[in-house]
Amino acid sequence: MSSIVSIKELSKTYNSGFEALKNINLDIKKGEILALLGPNGAGKTTLISTICGIVSPTSGTVTVDGNDIITDFRKTRQMIGLVPQELTLGAFEQVFQTVSFSRGLFGCQKDDDYINQLLKDLSLDDKKDIEVRALSGGMKRRVLIAKALSHEPQILFLDEPTAGVDVELRKDMWKIVRQLQDKGVTIILTTHYIEEAEEIAERVGVINDGELLVVEKKELLMENFGKKQLVIELREEAKEIPHTLHKHNVELTDDGLNISYTYDAKNEGSDIQELLKEVSDSELVLKDIKINQSSLEDIFVDLVKIK
Amino acid sequence: MMNFRAIKVIYLHEMLRFWQTLFQSVASPILSTALYFVVFGAAIGSRISDVDGVSYGLFIIPGLTMLSVLTQSISNASFGIFFPKFTGTIYEILSAPISFYDVLIGFVGAAASKSLFLAAIILITASFFVDLNVAHPFWMLGFLILTCVAFSLFGFIIGLWAENFEKLQIVPLLIITPLVFLGGSFYSINMLPPLWQKVTLFNPVLYLVSGFRWSFFEISDVSVGISLLMVIVFLSACIGVVAWIFKSGYKLKQ
Repeated sequence: MSSIVSIKELSKTYNSGFEALKNINLDIKKGEILALLGPNGAGKTTLISTICGIVSPTSGTVTVDGNDIITDFRKTRQMIGLVPQELTLGAFEQVFQTVSFSRGLFGCQKDDDYINQLLKDLSLDDKKDIEVRALSGGMKRRVLIAKALSHEPQILFLDEPTAGVDVELRKDMWKIVRQLQDKGVTIILTTHYIEEAEEIAERVGVINDGELLVVEKKELLMENFGKKQLVIELREEAKEIPHTLHKHNVELTDDGLNISYTYDAKNEGSDIQELLKEVSDSELVLKDIKINQSSLEDIFVDLVKIK
Repeated sequence: MMNFRAIKVIYLHEMLRFWQTLFQSVASPILSTALYFVVFGAAIGSRISDVDGVSYGLFIIPGLTMLSVLTQSISNASFGIFFPKFTGTIYEILSAPISFYDVLIGFVGAAASKSLFLAAIILITASFFVDLNVAHPFWMLGFLILTCVAFSLFGFIIGLWAENFEKLQIVPLLIITPLVFLGGSFYSINMLPPLWQKVTLFNPVLYLVSGFRWSFFEISDVSVGISLLMVIVFLSACIGVVAWIFKSGYKLKQ
């Protein structure tokens, strides 16, 4: 897949001296769903704000479909839709009006049929003449999505799309995201909810303290950075680990009822077979065996901690 | 290349607020003009002798119009750009494929249009109280349009600069209102002692009011050429400041 957004050596230092982005290099592939994962204040919003033109970069370049975001801003911004993190909407406009305004702002010809269909897709069709201030938080979020999609962008940025959103809307949102992807739209979302990245993204980038720590396919990330743990439950309490097992990286829990063996998820060099054989040869009586796999969350916490 | 569709939607969006409050937009200038005429025209004006051969009721019309045009241009334009900053909806304008100049034309164009509309209402209302004849309609319109645009630009700058509602109010309230009242809106500077006549020459509003009044009655405190020059100087200064703001991103974008 060719890359649609290309970020090279991007840094941003705010006037206050705060370094929000430190030498970011990232290629976003056409048609993918990329999740940018990181704790609050990591630089996720600054990164997407820079690509969208809300924040000026201090150094480095960003190109969108081959066009520079500064010199060719009209071309690049035309391709991008942004759903901001905060529920920022004017107070007195009606839903249809504000979405139609967004379309015009992006220089697109008025198209009421398209807007009507968009509102229908977002379950807003019965709200189109209501003033936005009268809407609930979830509905406002939908209006923001409609505004971002009003000019039929090829790239959609969702900044913390599910912060403060109920389960139903979250499901709807993922449905919409997948539909957009089917149409070929590239989607970049930021989140600090790991389940979210795990559920929807194809690739995951981890940002902390202004640095992009890793960008990897979700499965690869879990494989490369993930760990597996084999837990052997015992029927009777063991005082100590039999000496035959010492050569393996095993631990006995305090209650003496579990032996755990941690190994690399890639499985290379693991010696499960040998271990199990030696367990059955020993005087230990097996009750059950289970395997724990580290989640994206564990990987994320590890990555952020290392730095 | 400009994004004309974007300019159009910004302009219409700004005008929408005006139409939505049309009653208020029309009724309040009619009422205030009527009140000025009752107080200054009929009650007090009848005891004031003619100024440079023009009855006092007539004399105050240009100043009265300028007073409203100046304050409304500033408040409309400053509020127009301040409000998106305040609510956060400015993100959309900043991320749209439009230049700052497109934004400027939309916002300032709308604010200036509203002021022109307001001036028309005031002059129409005034014509019910006095017999109003405009000596130089072309110049009258010219001064009016230049003033509306210049002060809408000035308001736009204030709206960009202000971070809170207090700052938004402070310039119109503490600077513009005194300048307008002391700029010969309601008197000829010839009525002042010589020292204050000199001081008044530093007030830019004097030149606006004087030039505007000349276009009605062919009487003026300073020559028309200087008036026109001062309006253009003020307009250019505002354009210069705006250009600097847009180049540096001051208060718009970090």
